Amino acid sequence: MSAVPSMIVEAPAVTAGKPGVWLRLAHNPSVLIGALLVTLIALTGIAAPLLSSIDPGAINPSNRNKTSGYETSVRDDEGRKITRKALMGTDSLGRDIYTRVVYGARVSLIVGITVAVFSVVIGLVIGLFAGYLRWLDGIVMRIMDGLMAIPAILLAIALVSLSGASMMTVIVAVAIPEIPRVVRLVRAIVLSIREEPYVEAAISVGTPTIKVLWRHVLPNTIAPLIVQATFICGSAILLEAILSFLGVGIPPETPTWGNIMAEGRSLFQVYPHNILYPGTFLTLTVLAINMLGDGLRDTLDPRMSKRL
Amino acid sequence: MWNYIGRRILATLPVLLIVAVLVFLMLRLTPGDPAAVIAGDAATAQDVAEIRGKLGLDRPVVTQFFIWIGRGLQGDFGESFFYKKTVASLIADRIEPTLALATLTIILATLIAVPLGTLAAYRQGSWIDRIVMGISVIGFSVPVFVIGYVLIYVFALHLGWFPVQGYQRMADGFGGFLHRLILPSITLAVVYVALLARMTRTSVIEVLNEDYVRTARAKGLPNLKVLVFHALRNAAVPIVTVIGIGIAVLIGGVVVTESVYNIPGLGRLTVDAVLARDYPTVQAVILLFSFAYVLINLAIDLMYTVLDPRIRY
Repeated sequence: MSAVPSMIVEAPAVTAGKPGVWLRLAHNPSVLIGALLVTLIALTGIAAPLLSSIDPGAINPSNRNKTSGYETSVRDDEGRKITRKALMGTDSLGRDIYTRVVYGARVSLIVGITVAVFSVVIGLVIGLFAGYLRWLDGIVMRIMDGLMAIPAILLAIALVSLSGASMMTVIVAVAIPEIPRVVRLVRAIVLSIREEPYVEAAISVGTPTIKVLWRHVLPNTIAPLIVQATFICGSAILLEAILSFLGVGIPPETPTWGNIMAEGRSLFQVYPHNILYPGTFLTLTVLAINMLGDGLRDTLDPRMSKRL
Repeated sequence: MWNYIGRRILATLPVLLIVAVLVFLMLRLTPGDPAAVIAGDAATAQDVAEIRGKLGLDRPVVTQFFIWIGRGLQGDFGESFFYKKTVASLIADRIEPTLALATLTIILATLIAVPLGTLAAYRQGSWIDRIVMGISVIGFSVPVFVIGYVLIYVFALHLGWFPVQGYQRMADGFGGFLHRLILPSITLAVVYVALLARMTRTSVIEVLNEDYVRTARAKGLPNLKVLVFHALRNAAVPIVTVIGIGIAVLIGGVVVTESVYNIPGLGRLTVDAVLARDYPTVQAVILLFSFAYVLINLAIDLMYTVLDPRIRY
């Protein structure tokens, strides 16, 4: 066998950025359905003030625990009577569940996207250096092993409880357990790229380490990282909801899906709608993101799709 | 082989040490005086000084760590500030429900996922395969507590087949114990089934392409025999690995499931301790869960050397 065919075999490994990627993405049903649903939910979150005219935090003692379809009448500024329908009912403080669910989409997506960006950027930097600098590798990877040994939910709960609940601490606490997974992925890619002739060539002509990493190693990590970021976004949304649900997440007055469900826990047997509506939205969102991730993985990173 | 087992055990020690350091540092890295944090809001200056002396907080951090982990290895994690009991006795009280829930979940998940994954692999590309993979994606996406409440809604509230919440100790009757544990285990098993079915499918597909499977078929063995004795048996190692890795997911799920079903286990203890800012308990439980995870995976790794003679190190 000559060297030429083997080069041809290796070539399709890096596929992102090639012409045709968009076309293949557009033909993947998983990507299409996932992207469509995610867009719808994002639009819901962005357009929340248009979709509901009620303040998501407005407490109404006379309308407590109403089931879906309940009609209330309020008077507007000019004294006219307006009938409002509580599409998804109200919670035990009389807050409109529909409004809170719609606003909750914002929080979930903000948390998901921020966590994904944050953990991918930090994991990328650590992973690049750990993979490239041998002396750093051992120490960093042992710390990452240790972090990964602590179950994500426990680590996040502990971190939030120690630093006090706020949106920012929740984002950091959810991101930290994800970082080691990114580091491992990036490091594995760097280790294989490091041995490539073009990296060796770059080093031999005296390219500084930073430039080698930036110009030659980094581009190879982009496709798998996009896939990984999508999955992190999904699991971050789940984890944030779990933290809120357990009462150790974003402060309870903030409308998040987890908080709505936490509020509905005690009365679940009588009023299940408090949990079922936000639960459905949460499930659909995470499902959409995971489908998008699956589809992206199959199209952008065929090597990874073989692994699982 | 003994050489490998020795090396593998030695390699686990640094991971355990780092876990311990991380769990220790979590409390030390909080802004402010850890003694004041531990003592809580209502503590007097005297209380704080007492705690500081008791925990050795006046000594260097490294010394403090070794005091903490040294006592911990002897089973002494100090006293819970909320429950007014030793953390060790608290954990001993709560461990049965968690172990029972986890064991039943793993059994249930394996019984469901392995046949499903094998079937999907056998009929790769068919509608059965697509359904199994679809269920698996959904299983990853539905939050544990949503599954829990839906199951309670349908099977406990509407059909009345199971009690809504609660736990019965095994000593108080096995029937009631099992009856109360079924819904929580199904709840917890969903993610596990998703993970396991996927992995089973992937590894069985890989094995089905092997030469010896073709030979087995060529000599006229019935399909079921080929699947069980040739394919599944050889796919067992990656499947068992995933069962081990899945324990991290399981532990997270235990925390949530126990809260949904009001089961007085270690998961509930963690949440209650966090809400009560009971740091000695939080540290001990997290350390325990993480060590269990690492050690179970070590045990699984070591099992391979016995189970699969092909593996040489």
